[in-house]
Amino acid sequence: MTNENIIEVENLVKKFGKFTANDRLTFQVKKGEILGFLGANGAGKTTAIKILCGISAPTSGKVSVAGFDAVKHPEKIKQNIGYMSQKFSLYDDLTIRENFRLFGGIYGLSRKSIRQRTEELLKRLELYEYRNRILEALPLGWKQKLAFSVAIMHHPQVVFLDEPTSGVDPVTRRQFWELIYEASEEGKTIFVTTHYMDEAEYCDTVSMMVAGQIRAFGEPRELKTEYGVKSVNDLFIKLARN
Amino acid sequence: MKAAEIHNIHKSYDEVKALGGISMQVEKGEIFGLIGPDGAGKTSLIRILTTLLYPDQGQASIFGMDTIRDFKGIRKIAGYMPGRFSLYQDLSVEENLNFYASIFGTTVSENYHLIKDIYQQIEPFKKRLAGRLSGGMKQKLALSCALIHKPDILFLDEPTTGVDAVSRKEFWEILKNLEEVGITIIVSTPYMDEAELCDRVALMQEGQLLDVDTPANIIGKYDHELYAVESRELHQLIKDLRSFDKTVSAFPFGDTVHLATQEKLRRKELQKFLEEKGHEGIAVQSIEPGIEDCFMNLMRKQNDE
Repeated sequence: MTNENIIEVENLVKKFGKFTANDRLTFQVKKGEILGFLGANGAGKTTAIKILCGISAPTSGKVSVAGFDAVKHPEKIKQNIGYMSQKFSLYDDLTIRENFRLFGGIYGLSRKSIRQRTEELLKRLELYEYRNRILEALPLGWKQKLAFSVAIMHHPQVVFLDEPTSGVDPVTRRQFWELIYEASEEGKTIFVTTHYMDEAEYCDTVSMMVAGQIRAFGEPRELKTEYGVKSVNDLFIKLARN
Repeated sequence: MKAAEIHNIHKSYDEVKALGGISMQVEKGEIFGLIGPDGAGKTSLIRILTTLLYPDQGQASIFGMDTIRDFKGIRKIAGYMPGRFSLYQDLSVEENLNFYASIFGTTVSENYHLIKDIYQQIEPFKKRLAGRLSGGMKQKLALSCALIHKPDILFLDEPTTGVDAVSRKEFWEILKNLEEVGITIIVSTPYMDEAELCDRVALMQEGQLLDVDTPANIIGKYDHELYAVESRELHQLIKDLRSFDKTVSAFPFGDTVHLATQEKLRRKELQKFLEEKGHEGIAVQSIEPGIEDCFMNLMRKQNDE
């Protein structure tokens, strides 16, 4: 982690009619930082992520991601981030290699760099020999690791992961976190949501949203001391219930 | 009579084997958990038990009724809440509930006591279309509809997946209350921590049973020494612990790493090893395993076979 801010959010407000989904959010995320973005269902996480990814405009406030303003240059943001979720990942009826080629092309990589990155990333996952397999029949854990590799293929500065480990077995879930650590050590900023509270403990920083507001933001260790709780799970229950 | 008897059930979809010969029994009145990740075969098993799917091989019965021959009998006494919301989105909350009551030949008022605690939370929105409810409210409506004919046995397919930690806790409190009324509950979940809330569990992985027992017995069968190890650099700690010669496995668990070893460690030995690797703030504590430790241990053994 360095001191350079990659995400800067100031007084972000998003309203849908009379409903305020994001209520004056202010926070910064540094280069290489792993931020756990937590909150109950309906707390406003997805709304905030959509704005940070440049696919939804804020009602008011300042949002900058990877040096680009979310209102003025949302297209620039899209080129500089990676995104994966349980809901949207890869194409089941394409092979592993075809998925990499497709997404590499969408990200505007040259043929040569697509070939190099595909080989490099698949070898790191020890899946290179399976590159011509159709995705459909592969285990979910493989698919999630592949989806993550595709999301970092174009060397994005920020990677957004929306419940990336949902339903994944406990061993693969942890292997997935090792991929997150590696990406963070390469200087990528990781923005991750999860319902597994043990995973929140692996983050450098956690943000806790309740009813559209950020109620707690900081290092897991410090927050646990501050609120006098043993785990982030207890912290979550304490804050979300109030 | 057993609530469910399952003998050697096989099920495949083309080349994908969903269930590879599963046998187990569920006692009347218990909360029985099917615990495992996606692809373990939980949904296939529930769909077979609820008479919605034929097994390729093997038999199953619910309260003595065969899932193929006596499917009508089972449907009368079973409540089922599928993983995907499948009520009528274009009917209101109230209309959905009345509809489910009427197809089972009962009325909402007759069994209202059973759903009162759950339904009260969504009753203020009873005129709203089901499709326009939040995730948590849909879940409560689906559970109300599954209960409205006072089933003897309730099947819940991943009711807490994608649900936040607070709502999950509330949902399990509801299940405990239903157990007290005498309803047998078969519930599937990918969250290992929920196993400890069940009376007995089946640990499932890729269509196979890893074990079936009470959570306490499963923990009792764990056959390694387990330590919670801490230092400032979690990722480096995992890597270094894997290079320690007595390590069987090292995995992060919240803010510590769980280190499994074949034999008891002298704590000083590990402390010294980690100090030499440059770790600071080292703490080593001998701990009891949880279900997730056991699950991972059983997975590793299955892979070794």
